[in-house]
Amino acid sequence: MDNRLEKIVQVLQDKAGATFEEFRGELHVFVGAEKIVDTLTFLRDEHQFSLLSALTAVDYWPLENPRFHVIYQLTSLTQNLSVQVRVPVNKDQPGIPTASGIFAAANWREREVMDMFGIEFPGHPDPRRILMPEDWDGHPLRKDYPLGYEEPQFSFNLEEIDLRKPYARE
Amino acid sequence: MGVEQKLGNMGVVTTTLETAVNWARTNAMWPMLFGLACCAIEMMAAQASDYDMSRFGMELMRPSPRQSDLMIVAGRVSRKMAPVLRRLYDQMPEPKWVIAMGDCASCGGVFNNYAIVQGVDEVVPVDVYVAGCPPRPEALIHGVVTLFEKVKGEKFADLTKS
Repeated sequence: MDNRLEKIVQVLQDKAGATFEEFRGELHVFVGAEKIVDTLTFLRDEHQFSLLSALTAVDYWPLENPRFHVIYQLTSLTQNLSVQVRVPVNKDQPGIPTASGIFAAANWREREVMDMFGIEFPGHPDPRRILMPEDWDGHPLRKDYPLGYEEPQFSFNLEEIDLRKPYARE
Repeated sequence: MGVEQKLGNMGVVTTTLETAVNWARTNAMWPMLFGLACCAIEMMAAQASDYDMSRFGMELMRPSPRQSDLMIVAGRVSRKMAPVLRRLYDQMPEPKWVIAMGDCASCGGVFNNYAIVQGVDEVVPVDVYVAGCPPRPEALIHGVVTLFEKVKGEKFADLTKS
């Protein structure tokens, strides 16, 4: 690990109770949901991590505690460093505080995570779906979301499927 | 030396109104721009000078549905796009036709999932399906000519029924 990052990790361990992992030179910092705003503000203001290059989530279903990880990928352009902050989210957890007050880029990213994974971000200025239609049921990128939509038509079941296919009228 | 002399310069050609109307419709059928994905690139190629769809009276891609007769749905239609597609179809003046260009528009293609409409015929009535992923410009032109054959066979009696 870069020794500039070691100092940051040291401070985060004391301040936010963070744990960390390293995988192929990439630093992953784990913090709790209640500490995420402080952590991001600290990294942005004190260590020049001024770019939020990604905000996304992973579903580890069928694990339930934690089921999701929300991932904040931060880049420091001045130091040529990047750090990944992960927040584990349990199945029934109400949500994690919004980061849109710290990074403006988080606004749409959080809407996407909300839309695709159903993780709430209390305090978000515009909590609407961003990709799917407004009246959509469910969250498509969850692992327990049904994958397919329609059974493929082959010669043996062509007519059967054709009967229930919703053809449009004039 | 015109064709009149070869024909004996009769000056008058008799035909049915149906034939004349259908001939007029096929020879100036303006398609609406509805490029949604990679099929749109092939549609552009069919318009460009190599394949030159204006040979069939289709040199004008209309950006407005109110000026077009034919909707070429070129590409995959997402569930969010489907209401827009139907709305544009409803805004087109009668008579109107639809070509589903490519596998995605015809049946969903490789995208058998929640987000893509499994065949645009769930949203609008389709006249001609063009297979291919994406179809080459020749295939699209073949689809257009197939549609012309269909239009030339249309009867006024059938139109008033619907």
